[in-house]
Amino acid sequence: MIASGTPLKVSLAATAASLVLVLVVFELIRSRRLRERYALLWLLTGLVLVVLSAWRGGLNTIAGWLGVRGYPPAVLFAVGLLFVILVLLHYSTVISRLSDQNVVLAQRLALLETKLEERGERS
Amino acid sequence: MSAETRRWIAIVPAYNEERNIGQVIDELRAFDPGLDVVVVSDGSADRTAEVAAEHGAHVVRLPFNLGIGGAVQTGFRYAHENGYELVVRCDGDGQHDPSELSKVLAPVLAGEADIAVGSRFAGGEGYRSSATRRIGIRLLALIVSAIARQRVTDTTSGFQALNRKALELFAADYPHDYPEVEGMVMTIKHRLRLREVPVTMREREHGRSSITALRSIYYMAKVLVALFVGLFRRRVVPAEHL
Repeated sequence: MIASGTPLKVSLAATAASLVLVLVVFELIRSRRLRERYALLWLLTGLVLVVLSAWRGGLNTIAGWLGVRGYPPAVLFAVGLLFVILVLLHYSTVISRLSDQNVVLAQRLALLETKLEERGERS
Repeated sequence: MSAETRRWIAIVPAYNEERNIGQVIDELRAFDPGLDVVVVSDGSADRTAEVAAEHGAHVVRLPFNLGIGGAVQTGFRYAHENGYELVVRCDGDGQHDPSELSKVLAPVLAGEADIAVGSRFAGGEGYRSSATRRIGIRLLALIVSAIARQRVTDTTSGFQALNRKALELFAADYPHDYPEVEGMVMTIKHRLRLREVPVTMREREHGRSSITALRSIYYMAKVLVALFVGLFRRRVVPAEHL
């Protein structure tokens, strides 16, 4: 295989950036600004990127499997993009559920108000 | 206010209809004084709720606009919680003529249908609308007819009568955005008996309908997606098992 390897500098920079991502996510969870269930995907994203960035042999091998010749770090972009799409899709489902719950809350609230008013009028 | 006297109720969803709602309520009561009316004010910014109360309707005020499906379902939940046996649904803009109610009620009262829908195209006259809208309505009717294996002509009519079985289903689960089309498919999937009856509808008295050309296209796209995806939903249980 004639694929050129991952340059050391690229590997170091990518590893550093991914580590920062993992640390930021970790800190957000620690300070309770991010719930664990929503943070899982982000942590996974960060960890996968850390591993792929630091482990140059691995990245080169995976690039070979995928038929990426010439520039193995392109795989990092692809993996990063894939995870971003997953995270966004996950958010869409979360928002959908929230808006469904919001509808139920509004309906219950309005029905309770009506019940209270109608009780008050009768007594 | 005993439970025995409260047998049937009209659900009227209304969004900023202060000029039409009073007359709608008066006409419903003129049709049958024993008919209760609940107006669901869907986050109206005007005096819809006050006018409705002045005209003797029960009023449910949603804290913000949920859209027609969410508003109608609120009415179904009100009727369900308060033990009504029979429900009619009627729009708050004066489009549905309460004197046509007996036609819509007949199949449900006779026990021939669980839900009866007043259709503008099943023989009645008096409804004019733009060509694009008519094509859209025709197309939806064809698709729903195919899914339902039963001929329907008007999938967007909110002029309906429901018995307790249908009420229970819709109080528990009702499509949100544009509920009439999906509601028809749900009805059939739950093996409830649906019947269309020809009715004549009127023009709006005041104000404009909330549906514009661009929105109609968006509406069609959404409904088609909903219908298509709905086909792949796992078979739903009949209403009595809910």
